[in-house]
Order: sequence, then structure tokens, then C-alpha cells
Amino acid sequence: MDTNSANSNLKSEDYFINMGPQHPATHGVLRLLLTIDGEIIKKVEPDLGYIHRSIEKMCERDSYQQIVHLTDRMDYLSSHINNEAVCLTVENALELEVPERVKVIRTIIGELTRIASHCLWWGVMGMDVGALTTYFYGFRDREMINDIFEETCGARLTMNYNIPGGLMFDIHPNFVKRTKDFVAHFKTKIPEYDKLLTNNVIFQKRMKGVGILSKEDAISFGASGPVARGSGYSCDVRKYHSYSALDKVTFNEALKSDGDSLARYEVRIQEMWESLSIIEQLIDNIPEGEHKIATNAVIKLPKGEFYQKVETARGELGVFIHSTGTKNPYRLKFRSPGFSNLSLLNHIAVGGKIGDLVASMATLDLVIPDIDR
Amino acid sequence: MTNEALQKLMSSWNSELEFIEEGSQFLNISVKAANFHQLMSQLKSNSETSFDYLFCVTGIDLGKELGVIYHLESTTHRHIIVIKVKTDDRENPTFDTVSDIWKTADFHEREVFDFFGIKFNNHPNLKRLFLTDEWEGFPLRKDYVDEVNMVIK
Amino acid sequence: MKIALNITKTIQDLLLGFMPEGTASILAMVIIALIYLAIFSVAGLMLVLVERKVAAWFQLRIGPNRVGPWGLLQTMADALKLVSKELTGTVKADMFLYNLAPYFVIVSSLMALAVFPFTQEFQAFDINIGIFFLIAISSIGVIGILLGGYASNNKFALIGAMRSGVQTISYELSVGLSLLTMILITGSLQLSEIVEVQKNGWLIVQGHIPAVIAFMIYMIAGTAETNRAPFDMVEAESELGAGFHTEYSGMKFAYFFLAEFINMFIIAAVAATVFFGGWLSPFGITDSIPWLGVFWFLGKTFALVFLMMWFRWTFPRLRVDQLLTLEWKYLLPLNLLNIVLMALIVWLGLTIQL
Repeated sequence: MDTNSANSNLKSEDYFINMGPQHPATHGVLRLLLTIDGEIIKKVEPDLGYIHRSIEKMCERDSYQQIVHLTDRMDYLSSHINNEAVCLTVENALELEVPERVKVIRTIIGELTRIASHCLWWGVMGMDVGALTTYFYGFRDREMINDIFEETCGARLTMNYNIPGGLMFDIHPNFVKRTKDFVAHFKTKIPEYDKLLTNNVIFQKRMKGVGILSKEDAISFGASGPVARGSGYSCDVRKYHSYSALDKVTFNEALKSDGDSLARYEVRIQEMWESLSIIEQLIDNIPEGEHKIATNAVIKLPKGEFYQKVETARGELGVFIHSTGTKNPYRLKFRSPGFSNLSLLNHIAVGGKIGDLVASMATLDLVIPDIDR
Repeated sequence: MTNEALQKLMSSWNSELEFIEEGSQFLNISVKAANFHQLMSQLKSNSETSFDYLFCVTGIDLGKELGVIYHLESTTHRHIIVIKVKTDDRENPTFDTVSDIWKTADFHEREVFDFFGIKFNNHPNLKRLFLTDEWEGFPLRKDYVDEVNMVIK
Repeated sequence: MKIALNITKTIQDLLLGFMPEGTASILAMVIIALIYLAIFSVAGLMLVLVERKVAAWFQLRIGPNRVGPWGLLQTMADALKLVSKELTGTVKADMFLYNLAPYFVIVSSLMALAVFPFTQEFQAFDINIGIFFLIAISSIGVIGILLGGYASNNKFALIGAMRSGVQTISYELSVGLSLLTMILITGSLQLSEIVEVQKNGWLIVQGHIPAVIAFMIYMIAGTAETNRAPFDMVEAESELGAGFHTEYSGMKFAYFFLAEFINMFIIAAVAATVFFGGWLSPFGITDSIPWLGVFWFLGKTFALVFLMMWFRWTFPRLRVDQLLTLEWKYLLPLNLLNIVLMALIVWLGLTIQL
């Protein structure tokens, strides 16, 4: 019998795996429908909406002060920066000039938030590639930041510290000292992170050349934040569309051109150093003054369209407000960084192994409520 | 490129474009659905504009009309423009997809389809993204009614 | 103080006093088996506790500290909980194979325990092909894992089981060959004989360079064979949920879990016996008190167990293709060269005899 015809009779089917919505690697309720051939990924199809709360629709019914509180629940790891985005949009639309003190405090807390977010990311990144100990190291340092936040604004995660026109309250008297303590502490800890994970030969082998994203693709997929900067696309909103007190400080944009998972990892480690440097430049120079300026109890934005970009820990968050001059936005859109970054997952994961998918997904640093909104 | 220069260049491509600068910090351009795809690919490929970074796609329900707003940035020139396209057809609103020009549009257009019911011609995989396939209606439209889940003050 | 360590003989003699010889020997075997079972279910629980404490120590935590003094009874409580839990399963599972799988795993690891010389006399079964028996028995466990993953009708479990298959088959080679390297010195497969030879110096000293290489290969391959991190492809919780035992619950899960820890003990015990002189004390300092051999044996074993825990809580996990690359492209050729080197050293009489 002819062997060729015998082989053609063999039936071959795609093997589907349902990764999520309850799966340890998806860090939340993300569902990935994987088509695999043995260990090799043929297709990744994200299925979203498990934590969709339609925040955009809720915003259409709420006043601008209320909207700020909803934004905490999107990217909960950069909640302060999300708040700031909405506040800046409203302030720009009203042409309010907030006091210098507010700007500086917003920037310091924003950078602390970024470090806290990257600490958590670093911990779970290690977990995803199988090094369980990193999680506790990351959390140890994050706790210190959370304590600072708790003292100043009463909350550890969803802080609601910003209001249109300034800050909810002034900083706690201990804030400056504790922040300085943290900076000194954390400077000794990042080298520890490198010793534990970055320089590990297994980790290097797992990350190098895995999940490669070229610069052209990063731009085309609308990537932003460390994901895009790992591919060599210089896109730091803090540099190009500076806001708050970021124009007063000097810092380097972390850039790597390799585009692989290791590059994205190193960009985030580098960003922690840069954030520390920003905090150091500002912490001793918090100007005296009011912590907010009075706004109307009912804020009405003028007719028009307003767009504000900020750099969260995950990338570029955009707030688009279409106002008709009433006390609610007619349409409010959040351009979330995770949403665009997720769309390139299929592109970087196809052809790799299941382990590669998990590793490259970890370097995208997805926060699912940020994607679903 | 400054907004004036952009405006001048773009009106030389297509005289039917509508430019609005007030009420927004960016240059806004309204385009007819028929010319939309051609304009978008020109904006991307022309070396003077080279808008290669599509960072925000917003669906909007303007009452009578449904529209889509595209925010574009150039990574070389660092200028930003806003392209708007509208249609009166609320039953079957359709525009051309730009997912062949910017890959990110794939997901963003699915989101717009999911919440506004706006269809995109030639989209590779146009189906519900957040909501379930059997969901009725398009929640972000202004005339959407859901007495159970929506709290209206 | 005279402690009857030769348990087989003691029990058999006791029974022979009041029953015929055939019955006595069968009954003696049963009693010894039960003793071993009791010791090692407790030892397994102890190891789990040790692992949790070590993990906590590495991770800046305190670890279990609520149940009993210093949390010593924590794993006992866990075991009681697992016994009382419902045995769930998937609807379309192959029920016969699904139920069989945990027994394969636990029986194979308990069987291996029988041959270890805890001291000179304390050995249930001194077989003359001891090492060979250990290698053979330890590869049976993988059948249980393959069955469990295949029969439980879960896609993640199946992938985990397949990974386990390739992994164990590959690393079995390195385990066998690195032990074979040491057999060249001892000239015997019998474990008691191997320990006897080491009275002139532990084998890792006698065989110096090739022995150290063989030990390192053995520890790497042994860790891989027990499916522990950094080679825990089989479970890989961030990739496959729980891997092959995703669909197991209650005692069936506990069998897999216990087997993993007993396997770890076995790997460490083999290393202690073959490389570090088993129950022999360093420089013969306690030769006059034979029963202290148990402590030396367990001390060495637990030091190696700690080493394996150290690996687990420090290293990230390898990817499945890197795992196979490591074995087939690096460890195996190195191992073969190492055997030749060891053969030369033994042939030329270059071993170090203390």
C-alpha cells in the first residue's frame, strides 16, 4: 500500500486550550483561547469582558468629581496616575492653574505609584517563570510605599487623593521623611532584585529572544509604556507631553532596542531607578502653599473636546472628554494602555512554547480591569 | 508640522475635508465615509505627515448620527491630529476598517462595534469583544435601555 | 546499650517462637511493611513541614506556626483534612486508570525505601542489585503520572503528563549513568557493600574529580526526576494550573503529594549512600556506637534535601525544550566522558584511599 495515501487519511485536529478566566498566569479574569500544536502556540485569542463594568457609560451620568473615583478601579496599580489624568483633563478644560505644591506632590506620589506597581510586577513576573520567592521580595518593598500612602491619604491601593483643582488633603507631616527612608532603602534593594532574578542564567535563557516585538510592530499595534520602549520606540509621555512637575526634573527615558522579553524586563528595572531619581529631585523642594484651589461645587466643562495623556506604570493612558457644556461629560473615553498592549499578544506569542507565552505575557504587565474598564 | 501646514497639505489631497480647530487642542478633520480609508492610508504613507501611531479610537453617539474619532500621532514629527467620520444611518452604520493600516485598530474597532454597533468593512474578525455574542443592543448608544442593570439618576 | 537494629531478624525470631516457619516469615514481612509505611507517612508529612518552613525562611515569612508547638502539627492537620475531603473527579474520566494512577506513584516510591541501609543492621531488604533495583523502581512512578494525566480527561493534565514522560525518560539516563560512574569504584551494586567500601573514605573523596562531576549531574538529574523546581514542568502552576494532578482531590491528591516528598527523600538518600558514605560517620568518630549511624544517614540525607529545597525556592523554571537540551546536549555527553575518566582513574589506581 502507498504510504503517502495512508498518511493523508490520518486526521489531524487543532488542540484548543482554554487558559483562564481562572488561571494563575493571567493575573485576573482574562481568558485566552489557545490553539496549540504540542507545546507550540499556533494562535492566541483573548476573550475579554469578565470584569467589564462599563465605566465609560457610568461616567456619562456622573459629575466630574465622581468620575475621578471610578478611575481608581481601572488600573488599580497606578490608581493615583489614573486620578491625575482625569483631574488634569478637567483642569485644562477649565484653564485652572493648580498651585506648584500640588504639582510636585502629584508627581512624587505618581512616581511612588509607578515603583509600587513595578515591584508587584517584578514579583509576579518571577512567579510566572517559576521563581516563587521574588513575589515576597517585591511585596516587602511595595508595603513600604503603601504605608506612606496610607498615612497621607488613608488608603493603600485605590487612593482617590486627587480632586479637580488639587489634592483632597495636604501631605502628612511624616511624608517627606518616610519617602526619603524608602528611597534610601529601595536603592539597596534593586541590586538585590538583579542578584536574585535578572542575573540568573535560567531566567536569562527564558527571556532572551522570547516574544520579539519589532519597533514597527510596536508602533503599529499602538504599544506604549515599557512594552514599546523595550522595542526601541521612544514614547514616554512624561518626556513628550510633560505634565504636572515633570518639566522641572531631569530623567532618562529607559530605552532598549532588542524588543524581546528581557528588554521589556530591563526597561522596567531601569524605570524604577529613574523614578527614584525623580523623587529625589523633588522631595526636598516641595513648595509651600495651598494644597488645592477652590472650584465650583458643580463643575461644568466648556463645550468642546479635551484629551489628556499621562504615563501610567503600564503606558499611555488617554482621557478623551466630549463635553456639551453640562455637568456630565457627553462622552468619555479612556484609552487604556493595557488594551493596546494586549492586542499584540497574539503577534509575539505565536510560534513560541506555552512557557514562552506565559513569560511574554508577564512582561506585558497586563492589569485586566484596565483592559476591560 | 504645524496645524496650518497640515491643513494646507491635506486640503490639496481632498477639497471636501472640514477642518475645525476651536474647542480642541488638536487639529480636527471631518471626512466623508467614502473618502475615509483613502485619506487614512495617505496620512500614514505620506512622509510629511507619516501618522504611524493610532493611539485612540472612540465611538460616539451624537444623537442623530453615529461617529468614530481617530487620534493619530506621528512618531517622527510628533504632531497629532484627530480624524472624525460620521454617518446618519443608525440601523446599519458602516465605515471602512483601518486595521490594514494600523494593526491596533483591529481591537479598537471591535470595541467600537461591541458598544456602538458600528460595522467596519473588511475587518478580519469583527465580533463582540467584551460582551457575550448573544447580547442585544449596543450599550454605549444614548438610546440604549436596560432597566435592570442601568442606574439612572 | 543494645538496640536491636536488625529488625527483620528480630521480628522473625520473635514470631518463630509460636508459629511455623512459613507463616512466620510472611507475617514478619507484613509487619515490617507496616512499620515502614507508618514511618514514611510520618516522614513524608515531616518533609512537607520542613519544606514549608524552609520556603518561609527563604521568603521572609514565618511559615506555619499555629497548629501545635511551632506549627509542628500543621501537616498532620492538613493530612486529616485531606482524608476527610470528598474525592471528586471528571465525568468522562477513565475511572479505572484514574483511580489506579495514585497507587502507582505512591507504591513505587515506598518500594524504593526498603533497600536503604539506615545503619549497618537496619535494612529491610539487602538485595545484591540494590542500585539497579532503585533505578528500576523509581521509573515506575512516571507511569502513574502518565496515567493520571491521561485518564483524568483534562487538557492541562494531559500536557503535564506528556511533559513528565519526556522529562523522566531523559533524566533517568543521567541518574543511572552518574550512579554507574560510582559503581566503577565500588564494584558492587549492593548498597551495604557500597557503604562498606567507603570505610576507606567516602566515594566523593575516593573518586575526587569525576566523583564530584557525577554528584553534580546526579543532583541535577535527581531534582528533575522528582519533578521539582527548577524542573517542575509537570506541574508548572503558572502554565498548567496544577498539571497532571489537576483533577485529583482528597487522599488521591495526597498520594501524589506525599510521593513527591518521599521521592525527594529517596534521591537524597541515594546520594548520601553512594557519595557520602551512608551511615558512616566522618573520620569514624562514632564507630563505637553503631546505632548513631541512623543519625549520620538522616543528617546527610536532610542536608541534601535542604539543597534541593534551596534550588526550588531560588531558581526560575526552565522551559520544556531547554530542559531536554540540558539533558541530551550537555549532561549526557558529559556523563559518558565522566565514566571513561572514572574508568581510567580506577584502572590506573588513582583513587584516594584514606
